[in-house]
Amino acid sequence: MISLNVNGKNYRVNVSDDVPLLWVIRDYLKLTGTKFGCGIGECGACTVHIDGKAERSCAIPVKEAQGRKIITIEGLPENHPVKRAWIEEQVVQCGYCQPGVIMQVSALLSKSPKPDADKIINAMDNVICRCGTHARIRRGIKTAVQIARKEGRV
Amino acid sequence: MKNHPISRRAFLKATGLTIAVSVTPFGYELLNASERKAEALSGFKPNIWFEITPDNKVTITVASVEMGQGIHTALPMIIADELEADWKQIKVRQGPAGAEYKNPVLDDQLTVASASVRGYYGPLRKAGAAGRAMLIRAAAETWKVPEEDCKAEKGTIQHKKSARKLTYGQLCLKAAKLELPKDTPLKKESEFRYVGKPMPRLDIPKKVSGAAMFGLDISLPDMQLAVFARPPAYGAKPISYDQKAAEGVKGVSKVIPTPQGIAVCAASLDSALKGRDALNVKWDKGTHPQLDNDFIEKSLIGDLEKPGATVIKTGDVKKALGEAGKKVEATYFVPYVAHATMEPMNCTAHVRNDRCDVWAPTQGPLVAKFVASQVAGLPPEKVHVQTTYLGCGLGRRARPDFIVDAVSVSKVVGKPVKVVWTREEDIKYDAFRAAMSHRIEAGLDSQGRLIGWSHKVVSPSIMKDIAPQAVVGGVDFMSLWGLADFPDSPHANRIMYEIPNFYLEFLLSDLPIPVAPWRAVQNGPNAFVIESFIDELAHAAGKDPLEFRLQHLKSNMRAYRVLETAAKKAGWGKPVPKGQGRGIAYHSCFGSYVAQIVDLSVNEKNGAVKIHRVVAAVDCGPVINPDTIKAQIEGGITIALSSALKEEVKFSNGGVKSANFDDYNVIRMSEVPEIEVHIVESKEKMGGIGEPGVPPTAPGVGNAIFNATGARIRRIPFTPERVLAAIKNK
Repeated sequence: MISLNVNGKNYRVNVSDDVPLLWVIRDYLKLTGTKFGCGIGECGACTVHIDGKAERSCAIPVKEAQGRKIITIEGLPENHPVKRAWIEEQVVQCGYCQPGVIMQVSALLSKSPKPDADKIINAMDNVICRCGTHARIRRGIKTAVQIARKEGRV
Repeated sequence: MKNHPISRRAFLKATGLTIAVSVTPFGYELLNASERKAEALSGFKPNIWFEITPDNKVTITVASVEMGQGIHTALPMIIADELEADWKQIKVRQGPAGAEYKNPVLDDQLTVASASVRGYYGPLRKAGAAGRAMLIRAAAETWKVPEEDCKAEKGTIQHKKSARKLTYGQLCLKAAKLELPKDTPLKKESEFRYVGKPMPRLDIPKKVSGAAMFGLDISLPDMQLAVFARPPAYGAKPISYDQKAAEGVKGVSKVIPTPQGIAVCAASLDSALKGRDALNVKWDKGTHPQLDNDFIEKSLIGDLEKPGATVIKTGDVKKALGEAGKKVEATYFVPYVAHATMEPMNCTAHVRNDRCDVWAPTQGPLVAKFVASQVAGLPPEKVHVQTTYLGCGLGRRARPDFIVDAVSVSKVVGKPVKVVWTREEDIKYDAFRAAMSHRIEAGLDSQGRLIGWSHKVVSPSIMKDIAPQAVVGGVDFMSLWGLADFPDSPHANRIMYEIPNFYLEFLLSDLPIPVAPWRAVQNGPNAFVIESFIDELAHAAGKDPLEFRLQHLKSNMRAYRVLETAAKKAGWGKPVPKGQGRGIAYHSCFGSYVAQIVDLSVNEKNGAVKIHRVVAAVDCGPVINPDTIKAQIEGGITIALSSALKEEVKFSNGGVKSANFDDYNVIRMSEVPEIEVHIVESKEKMGGIGEPGVPPTAPGVGNAIFNATGARIRRIPFTPERVLAAIKNK
């Protein structure tokens, strides 16, 4: 039995220790917003927050996530500046990579509320989008920073 | 052009894509109320495209699938506008697989060839206008006033004289009882409320919240998960495998050998994957053990020496080249490129004795229905296909191999089965964008005008897998898109330069690697060759590359305007910042015209290319959603940069060596430049938008590299090693 805390809720799951956290989140907890893209932590589609840090859930055995605070795309509030900026800037195309992208960006902004270009590239070079939304992701980040600042979240 | 013995209709028939269902080529025709009396009326549904219900909702059915191109917004905009609905009352439903949903341009329910808006625009306008007329009549009859005194406005019918107003929800049941009008006048363009405006996409909120359902997100009670062990080399067969060991893994329910590989079925994905490891399959060497990248390149370049089939013969090229003041000759090569859609291939199926359900992220619901019916052994009317959102399509998802997987496993286990491809399978068992080799010889007269062009192409056939009957006389037009197109093609994927003497020859390669359309199909590789070579010719003629293009596109206003617009916006002709290069390229495909100008720097020490900016101008005719057009061109440019700078599938030992994003490199944030998109106002015929952004990018980059360094590179990707070698050898 594995105990997990996801989006503020406690779960007990009967699964072996070595199963990647991603599959537990998707197939056992039925939180399917977190996506499978590569299985080796290269593309970022599976990104969740673990204790506030952006992590690749496909490359973390579920056992290692026990006792830690996990947030998935479903757990990020709907009025979160990044989610709102993504709608305002119409960033999304197919949308498959975007939950991971949004989790990556929101972790970045919680650490550096006004990231410079280098910081953005450092964080965003770790995620892959195949539709080519990169230029809009950059715009989305700018807008999210502005929304957060306007609302005194920073 | 050589009179080719296959017409478009014959080609479509030959594809076999339509034989699964009785064909009603004009499936969009409006159904009369009397024809649908048998159906219980829950609202007002004058045709297959929308239904208005008493809760004042307008539910619009979209026949095309949503794979990021914004079609679940663009098509509803067209209906909502003619219907004069309020955008707030619109709900969207993905249409199921059905012959009535065929796209008139394609004569199939496929979401390919950038054809959705240009195919459905006319029918959807008519459908919306008819609905509006019936709602007006319903209101006029209710109030006993003349129809002319009633006006539709944002989801209501209003009678100004008496200041009365009824909502569509209030009128729908009455409208449902009316006869369908014969011919309703369409709105004037100046009256458009949504068309032409940047409407926010309806699918984005769901995709941002995480609630959008993709194929991999399907979950059914008692569902089994299955993965396949597939051959590591082309044509390889299993010599042995340990079925008992796999079945001994906790959770594994069954091991099923199939022609495409050995399936392991289990209660969960982790069990299925562990079961697959335990199989320990030993494979033979397959049919082409010597196949690797060297072998491929030698084979395709070597085949340029063999005679091919004549595709186009205009004028007398031999004579023209003999008389030319200047001749230029070049050989180009383009490698295999993977689709690598972010959502790996997958499908869920449930086969029972008398019914088969399929949930799939597919670009071809009718293809899926046909294939599922064949595999399940059930008539097509017992097969129900529901399409989910697609985690990118890129042409890969028009291929039904993943549907075969799920239906064949579910048929054996009798339960719902979701087949998941790992990323490694998704790349190794992709059908790639075809590699090609090209040789061109062209001649200029003393004024530097292009007088003759002789061109030979060697490529594996794309149609061979889809419809072998469509490859006639050794010519596959899909492989030639951008240079030559099927006779009567609605896509106009032809070379547009005015060349008095032109010869095109084609030879099919027999390489065993499966190929398929990849965003823009071969317009991409072929435009890379044409537009790089045009640049070579401009320099040979001593002309400015923009001027040289315009000189040979004199009767092509649309091409002319996009080139001029891009040039103006990018400051063509103005000095380029020191150490930088600027390149121009143009291509038209699927009825749209795109020019791009690329600014970049080349690090002459290590060969690294840094793209600074791409400026694009597009003429796609009448605009539905300008923001979507911009997004599609941005996306097209970005993925084209990825293939131009980085992508090449690696092969070894007769199979695919590339496996995942750690060894199949795609573009990342730091490599994506600023992108500017300018829409050229146009009342010309409507073109497509999903693909035309792709083709000009690679040649634009190559031409800019030449401008920066003087090195001409006739092969993509422009990796640092290749760029460095080209600079050294120039």
